Amino acid sequence: MKTRRLLADYGMILVLVLLCAFFSAVTTSEQSPTGEAAASQVVQATLKAMPPGARVLVAASDQPGDAAFAARVERDLEAAGARVLASVTGEPRDAREALQKIQAAGSAIDVVAATRVAGGWRVLTSVASEFPSLGSPRVIMPASYRWPNFLKPENLLNIANQIAVIAIVAVGMTLVIITGGIDLSVGSLIALSAVLAAGFIRDQAGGVAASTGGMVLGCLLAILACGAVGGFSGLMITRFAIPPFIVTLAMMLVGSGLAYILARGQSIYQIPDAFVWLGRGADLLGLPNAVVLMLVLYALAHVLMSRMKLGRYLYAVGGNAEAARLSGVPVRRVLLFAYVASGLLAGVGGVVMASQLKSGSPTYGNMYELYVIAAVVVGGTSLSGGEGRMLGTLTGAFTIAVIQNGMNLTNVESYTQKVVLGSVILAAVLLDRLRQGRGIR
Amino acid sequence: MSLSSPPVSPSSPNPRNSTNRPLLSLSGIEKSFPGVRTLRGVDLRLEAGEILAVLGENGAGKSTLMKIIGGAEAADAGTLAIDGMARVVRSPQEARAAGVAVIHQEFHLIPALTAVENIFLGQEETSGGFLARRREREQASALFQRMGVDVDLDVPCRLLSTAQQQLVEIAKALIHRARILVMDEPTAALTSHEVEKLFVLMRELRAQGLGILYISHRLEEVFTIADRVTILRDGVPVCDRSIGAITRDEMIERMVGRPLDQEFPSRRVTRGGPRLEVLGLRRGTAVRDVSFRAHRGEILALTGLVGAGRTETVRLVFGADPKDAGEIRLDGRVLDIRSPRDAIDAGIGLLTEDRKLQGLVLRHSIRENFGLPNLRRWCRRGVVQHGRERSELDRCIAALRIRLADPEMRVGHLSGGNQQKVVLAKWLAHDCEVLIFDEPTRGIDVGAKHEIYLLMNELVAVGKSIVVISSELPEVLGMADRILVMHGGRITGEITDVARATQEQILRLAHA
Repeated sequence: MKTRRLLADYGMILVLVLLCAFFSAVTTSEQSPTGEAAASQVVQATLKAMPPGARVLVAASDQPGDAAFAARVERDLEAAGARVLASVTGEPRDAREALQKIQAAGSAIDVVAATRVAGGWRVLTSVASEFPSLGSPRVIMPASYRWPNFLKPENLLNIANQIAVIAIVAVGMTLVIITGGIDLSVGSLIALSAVLAAGFIRDQAGGVAASTGGMVLGCLLAILACGAVGGFSGLMITRFAIPPFIVTLAMMLVGSGLAYILARGQSIYQIPDAFVWLGRGADLLGLPNAVVLMLVLYALAHVLMSRMKLGRYLYAVGGNAEAARLSGVPVRRVLLFAYVASGLLAGVGGVVMASQLKSGSPTYGNMYELYVIAAVVVGGTSLSGGEGRMLGTLTGAFTIAVIQNGMNLTNVESYTQKVVLGSVILAAVLLDRLRQGRGIR
Repeated sequence: MSLSSPPVSPSSPNPRNSTNRPLLSLSGIEKSFPGVRTLRGVDLRLEAGEILAVLGENGAGKSTLMKIIGGAEAADAGTLAIDGMARVVRSPQEARAAGVAVIHQEFHLIPALTAVENIFLGQEETSGGFLARRREREQASALFQRMGVDVDLDVPCRLLSTAQQQLVEIAKALIHRARILVMDEPTAALTSHEVEKLFVLMRELRAQGLGILYISHRLEEVFTIADRVTILRDGVPVCDRSIGAITRDEMIERMVGRPLDQEFPSRRVTRGGPRLEVLGLRRGTAVRDVSFRAHRGEILALTGLVGAGRTETVRLVFGADPKDAGEIRLDGRVLDIRSPRDAIDAGIGLLTEDRKLQGLVLRHSIRENFGLPNLRRWCRRGVVQHGRERSELDRCIAALRIRLADPEMRVGHLSGGNQQKVVLAKWLAHDCEVLIFDEPTRGIDVGAKHEIYLLMNELVAVGKSIVVISSELPEVLGMADRILVMHGGRITGEITDVARATQEQILRLAHA
């Protein structure tokens, strides 16, 4: 019973782990360190192999991080007493020129300290035969190892950053779906929020020269405006008993239209560089700020749903609204809260997206409501209301992100990706259904 | 796993089989669910032209037995024979093909379809691929005529009364040529007049050679309608007698397994001053000018026919529906009740008539349901104090003698009696001053009923006021200190001397 319960609660996490393992297996390949890490490895190997005063040629190609490699190797070797005859960053042709110069100067070379790529250049491996007067230098390169591309830290952060917007919006969607409703307007609200924030910064806060205060104000106003739209939907649903599907479908069109009108159909990009702090900056333990924000929101929502009175009310309203009302639950207020929260969080998602892309455009968030709903449903929340968990939604969002990312890494084309993603969503819900069929909540 | 004998093709059934082959016979039926053995070797026999009452407490295995007969569940062991021939019924469809129709307590009608469409659902009359609507309508109309009842054939079923919907269900069974009719609590939602009419129809069907299995908690009705009675206790038949050979007290003893000292426990409470006062309450045509008082330490019964406005009245008091006019006072203070929340804050609790639809969130746990009206008091800055919730729950579970394995289990998995106790626990924990019980013992077995009566006595003993709505007149006469009778949205009579009141007296007032 206990293990079954665990499996039921954390089954989706297991699926996520298995997916990660799968993509790790298929993306494993030869890796070598680059940049500074590679540099210190090469420096150490050089100093170990050669006496002080050794004559060194530093060679690096023109890939990202290579210039840093060359500079670091040169500096550290010089400091340790070696003589760096030349430092090359570029193509084999540049290396040949350097060798010719050294030959002309009548010197010999003891060591070629190279990156993985440069170390494979023919001109460097055959110095002994082509430039006999230079001696037969040893080529020292960083050691290679096997590691999955999927599990590289930058890829994992990339996944988290990619899914942050959807995951943040999915918090609100989970609240709404637990009450037995649905909010189709979130995709449009993402666009509206991005356009409002960017537009405010451009028109009211001084555009590219906007201050931090101006940017924060713009973002807050955009988020509050989205909360107001959510509140309007909530009022329509609670006061006039219009089905949430219809109300939010209408607000989806209204919101999208408003975003286009406000932006005049254009993208708004007159924004200071500092605006990308939220979307691209990383201040805490190397985690992107958007990801930190997402985690904080999930932690708060989890406490709300599992510990707070309001959370219990949300579940009760979704489970049986009439029984809840007759038990003294303020059903209308609870529903209103869910839709306002969903609007606010869609607004937050829009601001994060604007920050990531450093612009606001009415095309943002297109179809996002469907991905958000998919994340919630894959996370095990029942569309009939009354059941579901915040952490399930987070798992669901990551499952979707991991599948997309993994398929990108393995070069699955985008049309096929859609087919796979759709099938996975269906399979996840089917799995959930089977588990419920055995009578586990 | 299935019934042991080989399947026999559904050959032409032999109607009016009056030889010594019973119409339906079960022998040695066993059924277990994870952790529970529900049926432990049940033998049962139903003759053609007989009404057999099946009695037992909740949890005795009646509903499981009905499910096996109706094909919704498969037995673990045992045989089921129709006309003396062993059958395997693996699905409701196969049961229906074998001539068995089950009429559940909750009707299985499509609310938006008319009576005719519902009756023919699944075996529509067609000609050339098109629905033969006129032929269907004629057949249905002829059938209702034969049944001697009048049902509007052309309105959606949701607009029909409960009694009429039930007639549609019966008609559907007859159209499918059912010869065995299983009726689960068919009178639970009917007025006494409608019950009379149903009994006339059941006798007519019996005369036509149908066998009827009739499940009820209402013992009076069993004596009126049944020919024979089988009593189940803990999954075993403990008694099978013809109706003339058993008394009411014997029946109860057999069901409960011990002699019951007193069906309605006595109490000794002195009535205090007025507590809840209702003046000139109105809402549309359902409630027209209702005024009454409930006193401290008193059980006040509100009775009348279904549709008399009893439930509607208490819903207004509780704020579940908006009132057109009227004043509600508690201890002399005028209350401004606009929602159930206001009523609860003032100390009024309502135990709703329909616990599944209005009283409980069935998919949620006992603990979560229990907490719902009380969370506000167990919260600090919006955070629920789980320890406090748990200790209150444990206290109430013990006080109410709720039998359960785990407070985290879904309330929907409990028996009816225990579900009702969970609803009671919600309000007990809230310590309401006025408790309104709307049909508190409907669909509950004798033992659980008794416990609820005891609890009502304990509550009035500590000075609470109870307003109880009940259609069961013996219960009203046995439990109330004072009786108000309603008819047509008005109070048509008050009986203060309950000890000398009779059912006839109440009925006269109810038909006023």
